[in-house]
Amino acid sequence: MDARLEVRKTYKLFVGGAFPRSESGRTYAVTDAKGKFLANASLASRKDARDAVRAARSAQGAWWGATAYNRGQVLYRIAEVMEGRRAQFEEEVARAEGISARRAASQVDLSIDRWVWYAGWSDKIAQVLGSSNPVAGPYFTFSVPEPTGVVAAIAPERSSLLGLVSVVAPIIVSGNACIVIPSLSRPLPAIALAEVLATSDLPGGVVNILTGRAAEMGPWLASHADVNALDLTGVDDDGLATEMEFAAAETITRVLVPPRKAPDWAEQPGLDRLRFFVETTTVWHPIGV
Amino acid sequence: MTFDYAPAPESRSVVDIAPSYGLFIDGEFVDPIDGATFKTVNPATEEALAEVTEAGPLDVDRAVRAARTAYRTTWSRMPGSERAKYLYRIARLIQERSRELAVLETLDNGKPIRESRDVDIPLAAAHFFYHAGWADKLEYAGYGTRAYGVAGQVIPWNFPLLMLAWKIAPALACGNTVVLKPAETTPLTALAFADICRQADLPPGVVNIVTGDGATGRALVEHPDVDKVAFTGSTEVGRQIQRAVAGTRKGLTLELGGKAANIVFDDAPLDEAVEGVVNGIFFNQGHVCCAGSRLLVQESVADEVLDALKRRLSTLRLGDPLDKNTDVGAINSAEQRARIEELVRAGDDEGAERWSAACALPERGWWFPPTVFTGVTQAHRIAREEIFGPVLAVLTFRTPDEAVEKANNTPFGLSAGVWSEKGSRTLWMASRLRAGVIWANTFNRFDPAAPFGGYKESGFGREGGRQGLAAYLRTEG
Repeated sequence: MDARLEVRKTYKLFVGGAFPRSESGRTYAVTDAKGKFLANASLASRKDARDAVRAARSAQGAWWGATAYNRGQVLYRIAEVMEGRRAQFEEEVARAEGISARRAASQVDLSIDRWVWYAGWSDKIAQVLGSSNPVAGPYFTFSVPEPTGVVAAIAPERSSLLGLVSVVAPIIVSGNACIVIPSLSRPLPAIALAEVLATSDLPGGVVNILTGRAAEMGPWLASHADVNALDLTGVDDDGLATEMEFAAAETITRVLVPPRKAPDWAEQPGLDRLRFFVETTTVWHPIGV
Repeated sequence: MTFDYAPAPESRSVVDIAPSYGLFIDGEFVDPIDGATFKTVNPATEEALAEVTEAGPLDVDRAVRAARTAYRTTWSRMPGSERAKYLYRIARLIQERSRELAVLETLDNGKPIRESRDVDIPLAAAHFFYHAGWADKLEYAGYGTRAYGVAGQVIPWNFPLLMLAWKIAPALACGNTVVLKPAETTPLTALAFADICRQADLPPGVVNIVTGDGATGRALVEHPDVDKVAFTGSTEVGRQIQRAVAGTRKGLTLELGGKAANIVFDDAPLDEAVEGVVNGIFFNQGHVCCAGSRLLVQESVADEVLDALKRRLSTLRLGDPLDKNTDVGAINSAEQRARIEELVRAGDDEGAERWSAACALPERGWWFPPTVFTGVTQAHRIAREEIFGPVLAVLTFRTPDEAVEKANNTPFGLSAGVWSEKGSRTLWMASRLRAGVIWANTFNRFDPAAPFGGYKESGFGREGGRQGLAAYLRTEG
C-alpha cells in the first residue's frame, strides 16, 4: 500500500485573476456521480457576484483594447496549457460526470479544440460580421462588431467542462469580459479551468468563475446596471429564466435565452453565440476634396 | 435692403383624407369589433384631420390571426424572388405617391414639408427597394433563411412612414408577415400605406395595420401568437415590452432613446460643425432618438462656436410646416410640448443658462423655439434625460479623453458625432465611443444599407444593412 497521503486541493472562486474564498465564508459539499464526497466548493454570495462584476468591468476595456491577434494568441495559449494538464482534466471530468476515462478524454479533447477554434475567430469576426455600406451619398460608411461589454453567464449543469468552455470562449473572444456560474453539482472542473486561465496570459478579471447557485446570484446579476448581457444557456428552471429576463429589462440588458433542447456540445458551434455578444457600430465619414 | 421670404405653401390638394378610417386587416379596411375611435390632429393648427379606430384586444387578435393565416398559406410558401417583386412594387408605389405622402406626413406630424419631402418619403421608398433585393438572397447574408412567422411591430410618431418602412421592409423580405401599430398621433401615412399594399396586390393578411394607443400596442406585444416583437420608441416603454416578453421566447428588438454627444474639436471646420450641430438637434424639431442633444465643444473654441450657433439659429424659420421655406415645424402633441417644457424648467432650476432664438410662435398649434442651454453640468437633468425636442445642452471639454468620458457618461448609446479634420483622432474617438452610429463631420445621415441601432439602454438589434436582417430571422433552435 502507498504510504503517502495525497495533498488535496482547496477549491475557491476565481475573481479578478485571484482565487478568493467566498466573502460569506460559505462552502458546499461536492460529490461524485455515486455520491462520494469529493471536495468542499465555495458557495459564492451576491457580494461575490458584485465583486466579480467590478473585476470584469475593470478588465474589459484593456481586453478589448488589445489587438485581435493578441486575443487570439491568449485563447490559443489556454488550449496549450490545458493540453499540458490534460490528465488532471480527464480525472476531474470523469469524477464529476461519472463517465469512463475514455469518454472523459474525449470531452477534454473537444474542450481544448474548442479554444483553438475560437482563438482563430478573434481576428476574423470583424471581417465576417462587419461590412462596408454602399450608402446613396458621398460618405464612406463601415460597420464593425464591438463587444457588448460585461456578460453574466450560467454554464450548463451537465457538461461540466466542454459546456463551460463552449459558453465562455465565444463571449471573451470578441473582447467581452464575463462572470460565469458553472455547474452547481459538478463545479470542480471549472476551478481546474480557472487555474489554466490564471496561467495563460489572460488578464485578470476577463473571466470570473463563481461556484454556487444560479438561483441566488442570477437575478442580481440580471438587474445589475453594469452587466450588459446575460447568457442563460445553463438555466434549466423556466421560472428562474423568466425572472432573470424580467430583471434584465431594468437596464435593457441583452438576454440569450435558454436553448429549447439541451445542445450537443460535441457539435461544431456556429457563430450564433459569438454574434449574440457583439454590437454593431456604424461609422460615417464624408468623402470629398 | 432686406430680402424676405414670400410664403411658399405646398398644396394640400394632393391629399384626400377620409373622414374616418377602420383597421386594415386581411387586405381590407374593417370596422372594429371592440374598438372605439379617436381623432388625429394637425399639430400645427390643432385641426382634427380624421377619425381613427382604436383597436381593442379582439381586433388585435383578428389581425394576428390574419397574419398567421397569410404566413402559413401564402407568404412562407412563396419563393423569395416573388416576395422581392412585391417589395419592389411597394417601393415604386411610394415613389409614385411621394408628394401625397409627404404632405400627409407633414399634416399629421407637424414636420417641415422640406424634411418629409426630401428625407422621410425618399428614404422609406429606398428602404423597400434595398430590402426587396435581399428577399431572394438571404442565404448569402449569414443568418439562415428561417423567418419567425408573425411580427408584431410598434412604431413612434417622429418619422411615421419611415419607421414603418424600417419595420415592414426587412420583416417581409425575410418572409415574415406583420401586424403594425402606428403611433397614436400619426396614423395617417400608415393607413395610406395600407392602400399602397392593396394597389400592389399584396396578398391579404401579409401586412395588417391596427391603429390605437398604448393599450393597443400592449395587446399586440402580449399576443401569444406573435413570434417576434419589434419596437421603436422610448426607453421606458421598451423596458415594459422587454418585461412583457420575458419567458415567452418571442424574438425582440428594441430601438429606444438616446442622448447623443456631438463633439466639436478645435481643429474642426467650424462653419460646417455649426451646421452639423444645428442639423443634429433641430432637425425634425429634435424629435429624433439619435439627435445630437449634447454639444461637447472643446474649451478653446467654445465661445466662437456658441456665437456662430446662436447667429445661425436666429436665421431659422419656424412656422407653417407646409411652407417650403420652413426649417422648424410644430411639436407633435401637447403632451410632448409639456414634456419639453418640464425639462426646460428643470434646466432653469438647476442653474443652466437658457437662450432661445427670437422667433414668433404661431398662436394655434404646439410650438417650441430652438433653445440652447449653456453652463450645463453632467448631473443636470437636461444633460441626462432625453428631451426629444429642440433643446441643446452645451458642455465643454479640454482633452480627447475627457470628451470620450463625458460622451459615454450616459445610460444611452445610440449615436455620437465627431467634428475634427484629423482622421486619426476621429477613428480613435470612434473606437472608444459606446454608440451604435458615429457620424464624423456629418450628422443624422440615414441609409437602408447602413445598420442603425444602439448600445446599452438605447436598445438592441440593428435596422438596415445586412446586419439588420438578423432581427427577422430565427438564428437559434
